[in-house]
Amino acid sequence: MIVNIELSGGLEILFSNKKNHQFELSGDSIPLKQLVYWMRDNHVKERPELFVENGTVRPGILVLINDTDWELEGGIDAIIEDGDTVSFISTLHGG
Amino acid sequence: MSDLYKLHGLNNSQVGRYGRQLITPGVGVAGQEALLAAKVLVVGAGGLGCPIAMYLAGAGVGTIGIVDYDTVEVGNLHRQIGHNELKEGHAKAVSLATACQQLNSSISVIPHTVTFTSDTALDLIARYDIVVDASDNVATRYLINDASVLANKILVSGSALKWDGQVTVYHYNNGPCYRCLFPVPPPAETVTRCSDGGVLGPIVGVIGSLQALEVIKIITNNSDGVLSGRLMLYDGLAGTFKTVKIRSRQPGCVVCGDNPTLTELIDYPQFCSSPYSDKSSKVDDRIEDELIMTCKQYKSILDTNKKHILLDVRPKNQFEICSLPNSTNIPIDELSRESSIKTIEELAINENEILPIYIVCRRGNKSQDAATILGNKLNSTEKSTNSFIIKHIRDGLTGWNEEIDPTFPLY
Ligand SMILES: [Zn+2]
Repeated sequence: MIVNIELSGGLEILFSNKKNHQFELSGDSIPLKQLVYWMRDNHVKERPELFVENGTVRPGILVLINDTDWELEGGIDAIIEDGDTVSFISTLHGG
Repeated sequence: MSDLYKLHGLNNSQVGRYGRQLITPGVGVAGQEALLAAKVLVVGAGGLGCPIAMYLAGAGVGTIGIVDYDTVEVGNLHRQIGHNELKEGHAKAVSLATACQQLNSSISVIPHTVTFTSDTALDLIARYDIVVDASDNVATRYLINDASVLANKILVSGSALKWDGQVTVYHYNNGPCYRCLFPVPPPAETVTRCSDGGVLGPIVGVIGSLQALEVIKIITNNSDGVLSGRLMLYDGLAGTFKTVKIRSRQPGCVVCGDNPTLTELIDYPQFCSSPYSDKSSKVDDRIEDELIMTCKQYKSILDTNKKHILLDVRPKNQFEICSLPNSTNIPIDELSRESSIKTIEELAINENEILPIYIVCRRGNKSQDAATILGNKLNSTEKSTNSFIIKHIRDGLTGWNEEIDPTFPLY
């Protein structure tokens, strides 16, 4: 299966400074939690605590599945399928 | 005689001034009258606050409050274009209010030069209908949200950093609030401030303009398109806008939920572990004394020509702006890489001695983390029998400017 990942609000810095990624994973679907752990273990080169905290995505990051808030899709327990796009958006505070 | 020609309260000069806006579909006479009757509080007279207040003044919002305790600095002017060089040192709230009145003297613009805190927020917000978040720090954002919900006011929120911006509307028509989306504040070390990460003028210009537009849509009752329950994301570098659907009001939200537990304002700097400011204050020492060196101590090392390694851990583009002589730049994000450690070892291990390693950054914050990282990498490995002396320079290059050499550039 192919999963598209989008990173914004500065999170791309954790992922080789690339905003868009396409990851190939085995199987037809994957629980989001497993995907997040896999991303942390395989792609976050420095400071993984800026991405995952207490077993989930750290506070201040909004997660979207196909452009919809993950809260409407089951949160960390959502199931990601082939072709889905998961976006991780760090909320901004500056002005 | 003019009463023969019209059946509304706008006078001829108002018809003339707002003509282009009046004839825009969705505004009309009713919309303009609503704008003139509206009271909007803009929290922050910075990069977002400037375009917000100026456009609202231009549009004829009858009462605009501007709250900011800060003063104008020349380093603000690349993005805060409601101020100008003549206003250096003046209160931002007053400076921006003056600019708004110069644009439109027929409305009322009220500067509030108080600090926006748990003690002042509700009193200020009570005098207005709509609140606009143009602040620059996470503690103020939670404060504005809670105060707006408690006072039952609509909140138009915008934020920006580097090349990115975000806009949404909270507590509107049973929509979510900031806490519905972000019930837990981000860990302080994950928050990048504009004073650290940078921001471009046109980015805050775009986001502030979008916030002003949301205010106008809300006042003129163009409710369907209001960005409630949706978040607009602007990536200026990629040249993309994207609007995503976010959760609705959360029944369990502590402030806007069905059974709210937060019924008065709290201590937000404590809640967020960060101050009501984007500005950098003096950095506290978090590491042991033996890992700390002062700027004066480092100066005497230089004066006595003692051999050492000076490691500058700022990002590359900051290092390019200015650096101390003979420093080696390895950004903190690259420090734990094997290649970086190898470079440092090669620099530090001289023929028959190990040179001390001094670490510097902008303000003496990241250099503390760097000292810890390096200590773990260099001194804790069992294979290594070498013992490295590692110290961070307290107050960093800012301290160098203040204590040693005022000609060292500050940015
Ligand atoms: Zn809420």
